[in-house]
Amino acid sequence: MGKWTRRGVLSAGVLGGTGLVIGIAVRPGNPTETAGHLVAGEGENLLHIYLKIDSENRVTAILPHSEMGQGAQTALTQMLAEEMDADWDLMRFEEAPASAEYANMALGRGYLFKGVDFPDVVVPTVDGLMLNIADAIGMQVTGGSMSIRTTGQYFLRAAGASVREMLVKTASKAWGVPESEIRAAESMLYHDRSGRSAPYSEFAAAAAEMTPSSTPKLKKTSQFTVMGQSKPRHDVPSKVDGTAMFAMDVKRPGMVYAAVKRTPVAGGTLRRVDDSAARAMKGVIDVVKVGPSSAAGLVGSYSAGDTIAVVADSYWRAEKALAALKLEWNTEGKERVSSESIFEQFDRDITAGIDRANDVAMGDATATFDSAATVLTADYRVPYLAHTCMEPPNATAEVSADRAEIWVGCQNPLGFRQHLAASLGLDVEQVTLHNYFMGGGFGRKSNADYALQAAMIARQVGRPVQMVYSRAEDIKQDFYRPAVQSRFKAGLDADGKLVAWQNTYVDKHEPVEAPLIPYAVAAQDIGHVASPTHVPFGAWRSVDHSQHGFFTESFVDEAAHAAGRDPYEFRAEMLKDKPRLLAVLNRVAKEADWGRPMEEGRGRGISLQESFGSIVGQVVEVTVSGGKTWVDRVVAVIDAGYAVSPDGIKAQIESGIIYGLSAAMYGEITIEDGAVAQSSFADYDAIRMHDSPVIETHIINSGAEMGGAGEPGTPGVAPALANAIFDATGKRVRTLPVIKADLRNDAEASPAVAALGA
Amino acid sequence: MTTFTLNGEIRTVDTDPETPALWVIREQLDLTGTKFGCGMAQCGACTIHVNGRAQRACITPIASLEGASVTTIEGLKGADGSLHALQQAWIDHQVPQCGYCQSGQLMSAAALLADNPNPSEADIDTAMRGNVCRCGMYGRIRSAIKQVAGASFYDAMEGSQNG
Ligand code: FES
Ligand code: FES
Repeated sequence: MGKWTRRGVLSAGVLGGTGLVIGIAVRPGNPTETAGHLVAGEGENLLHIYLKIDSENRVTAILPHSEMGQGAQTALTQMLAEEMDADWDLMRFEEAPASAEYANMALGRGYLFKGVDFPDVVVPTVDGLMLNIADAIGMQVTGGSMSIRTTGQYFLRAAGASVREMLVKTASKAWGVPESEIRAAESMLYHDRSGRSAPYSEFAAAAAEMTPSSTPKLKKTSQFTVMGQSKPRHDVPSKVDGTAMFAMDVKRPGMVYAAVKRTPVAGGTLRRVDDSAARAMKGVIDVVKVGPSSAAGLVGSYSAGDTIAVVADSYWRAEKALAALKLEWNTEGKERVSSESIFEQFDRDITAGIDRANDVAMGDATATFDSAATVLTADYRVPYLAHTCMEPPNATAEVSADRAEIWVGCQNPLGFRQHLAASLGLDVEQVTLHNYFMGGGFGRKSNADYALQAAMIARQVGRPVQMVYSRAEDIKQDFYRPAVQSRFKAGLDADGKLVAWQNTYVDKHEPVEAPLIPYAVAAQDIGHVASPTHVPFGAWRSVDHSQHGFFTESFVDEAAHAAGRDPYEFRAEMLKDKPRLLAVLNRVAKEADWGRPMEEGRGRGISLQESFGSIVGQVVEVTVSGGKTWVDRVVAVIDAGYAVSPDGIKAQIESGIIYGLSAAMYGEITIEDGAVAQSSFADYDAIRMHDSPVIETHIINSGAEMGGAGEPGTPGVAPALANAIFDATGKRVRTLPVIKADLRNDAEASPAVAALGA
Repeated sequence: MTTFTLNGEIRTVDTDPETPALWVIREQLDLTGTKFGCGMAQCGACTIHVNGRAQRACITPIASLEGASVTTIEGLKGADGSLHALQQAWIDHQVPQCGYCQSGQLMSAAALLADNPNPSEADIDTAMRGNVCRCGMYGRIRSAIKQVAGASFYDAMEGSQNG
């Protein structure tokens, strides 16, 4: 755990681009004064920026994170209720407005000052500082598996505890009794000696005048009664009867519909459009062009080329007319770029090693390889991936000369609002953003391009417009998990011990530690080279871990087999000084009954991956027959420090595994003539009911600092799958997706194996 | 003009006969529980019941519904407003994540059970394979269907937790 240092502040200044250093003490004061008008309604008192109490004694948590399916809003509310001693049945939550008051200080602190332990006295200063930085860069982000471990841990628990303190203080004054004699429970205050009691709401107005403490006393884990429970999610009932509102369910008076098509070659421009046939079609209102756009910043930076849109009185008519446009696009010299040429480029650049930058340089790798008994090498590759959120990107906009209103589901409402304002030439105050449930986000909905397209179209036609991507447009206009290549070399000594590890890969993003290995290997040389392509990058569930988890955990497996060792034991021996990781590995092996003999044609593989502060171990069991792979079972263990909502974490792990498995089995975006070739679930498929495995998830509450849950399930499934396929067939899958690998093998000559596939 | 019964009410719409029912239901009849996921019968998000059978509204021309009885997710509840057994099972198993696919999942599952109250694993696979859930809640969907079908099942919410 680092100390609060000048360096921490400086790096924050650099990252935020604001040049702020400590010494400029920016104190937030009582934020309720500025935020009250935004969130408090009739009969409601805002006691803290994160919570209000109404006259019925209902407590509403105001949460600066969006709901894209991860259920974090319920878990965050649990954290607040716990510290506040609130009655769970009286708890509600709502999403914070897209306003600077709700800039995500906690995310900033967790992200920028990772591992820095703040002394209590500087907490208000740091929060003030973070508020300014967050304001500057528009942070109101849901991503990085951050909600629980930063907002919840640093802020909502403190909010609940400080409000409880304020209510006790207020009651003590009113009743003329010492604070120490007042007891709070289930949203009630009690003075047992005099038999007095009152609901929180009775003192809410008076307590709202106070400034909440930034350093209230928090509970110990052993005192938790709400945290640690699997509370049913508040949003679930609305998601089984069709009443949950997604952005696409919004209807404005006079609203019309837009179908869009953006340049097939990323960054391209529209050369010519013949819209005469489209304009003559029934219901068509206008055909408009939207120019290129881009955003910079810590999160959600992107750039996108020209778009053509057809606006009509129904979406169906708009889509039909869009297909009738005759379009010519400039390909910006990218017309010869293909997936093949991109991987050839990666191969060249890795071989050339120009300006190779080291992530890790430890020991003498060159000498260790020279003296190693066995040296193995391998190249691994993963393709581009699209997100294919179940709900395609869409937004509804009304734009006039001096204001804009937008209805959208997004991962970064404040950032979207700022980007819209800047692009429309408006002040942020002139832009209102209504955020809705997202039908999946996975990183795609942190880029504001789709909201801006809707706003630009609405401004041109002067009416409320609902813009919806077709599925083809969603797949072709994504910001992709990059295609990546990694070149490995491993050295084993005469005892089969892994002594040297080298890795050179292309394309580095976040998190920076993704390519590292947790194992005790004396000589390590991990580095990357730049090899840029024109295919746009986007954060994709677990970001760089999604490729590096596959690469490193597969190659460690190769080393184990080269050493003639059991892959589980091989890993365990190299984790002697990492008890938390070892505990997860041991537990997953035990739960999966590692070592139990398997029939011919079946196999199992293991993986271990630390990401976003959580450790996940996975064992995958497969059947391979007729060259086809069935994933039968996945056993997962997660140590996220402490599980606020155990079932919520399990659901996230199941979700992360299926998402990672869809990519590992089927996911491949290819580039042809500079453009994305895929266009539907037919050529970019996902795991479905018939090919989804049984998933068993086990939780370890180690008490370590809390980690995330939304992403850590994803990286480990591809390597455990590939390792299981090797176990079943002796064939090593080094290039994803699995569906493209030739897995026919000798074992299949056996009738027993052939029968498995029947 | 097309006239059909929608969730028990007679409705008449006037639009291009080839317009997919999905857009008529969402845009003209203001029932937004039926979702758009692909428009090509590849994802199941738009699943409705036409005369009791699951059908993809995104490729169902509105004219083909003439005289039909159509049910959407809004009509899955009982006449008294009580939840369909599957809806309750969906809540019990905390099935939805983002929830966007779940109207379609429920409509496919309800059509399956109406037709076959004791489906086998393979029956469930066949009936549900047209419904994508990008949040990956297949295990929970399967458990919830089996709960209603009275079959035993692996419960994803069980598992274990310790210190
Ligand atoms: S929207 Fe109809 S099946 Fe996808
Ligand atoms: S719950 Fe999100 S797609 Fe199924």
